[in-house]
Amino acid sequence: MLKKKRNRETPEINGSSLADIAFLLLIFFLVVTTIDVDTGIGLVLPPIPDDIEPPPIRERNILNILVDAQGRVLMDGELTAVVQVKDKIVRFVNNNGADPELSDSPDDAIVSIKTDRRTPYNIYIDMLDEVMGAYAELRNNESMARFGVSFDALNEESEQYEEIKNAFPKRISIAEPD
Amino acid sequence: MSKFKKKSAKTNQAIPTSAMPDIVFMLLIFFMVTTVLREVELQVQVQYSRAENIEKIEQKRLVSYVYIGPEKLANSRVGDTRVQIDDALIDDIGAIRNIMYDKLLEEPRLIVSLRVDQESEFGIVTDVQQELRHAGTLRINYSTLFETL
Repeated sequence: MLKKKRNRETPEINGSSLADIAFLLLIFFLVVTTIDVDTGIGLVLPPIPDDIEPPPIRERNILNILVDAQGRVLMDGELTAVVQVKDKIVRFVNNNGADPELSDSPDDAIVSIKTDRRTPYNIYIDMLDEVMGAYAELRNNESMARFGVSFDALNEESEQYEEIKNAFPKRISIAEPD
Repeated sequence: MSKFKKKSAKTNQAIPTSAMPDIVFMLLIFFMVTTVLREVELQVQVQYSRAENIEKIEQKRLVSYVYIGPEKLANSRVGDTRVQIDDALIDDIGAIRNIMYDKLLEEPRLIVSLRVDQESEFGIVTDVQQELRHAGTLRINYSTLFETL
């Protein structure tokens, strides 16, 4: 009698609800997943100086930006509104030796940023944003002139991208704190 | 006419669904792999500043976060500005270089993302940056949101 019963059992597991279970899990992970990318302003810090003397840099090739404790922006000692920082940097970098006060070439131009301990962080970010904006504008203009496409449209691995990047290298230096 | 009728009657109306679990499982596995369940519990309050010229960091695995902001206290009050790395508040700023050096050994292409409260003063950020320089983690990123004009 026992034998008979066993033979009647179906040897297969019913798999029709498998899809439902999988869907349930799928929806859970869909809800939980956050595909947000971190956005921000990238920068490379200078390494801790060794005993090696830094190479001499001509005064005209350095643009000193100081953000003081009151949140005022001084460019080469001259008080500047944050919204004017971009234009000034574009003029400084893209001078190509024309004005004796400004840089020799985009390749030589260095933007040096100095802050006070009590500088408000958001003013620093606004200023840095302007600096990045200046380089973005320069690169974009160069890309339009050379290839007729915007810099953003270029593939990051393409030769054109490298060419533009090397034509206007971001030489931003963080000054040593006091 | 009758010829056509006969033909259409023969076609099988049901869509075969036997491959559906496979497709669903494939999607499921994709989302399981991409999900990062563990999020750091913030012990400092961070309100991001905004900027226009920002870039994206696509490789999340390379990023390590440093949170700087006023410490969260009970009754939604905030205290002094503190630094948090992973789940712990840092008491001694000088300890950061060892933490970051260990992280750098694990991931040589490390990017340190500084998530700083916009009301902070820059002094503490300078201290952290000096520590990062000592550790050799030179690639940093100031976390900002995109500014909508």
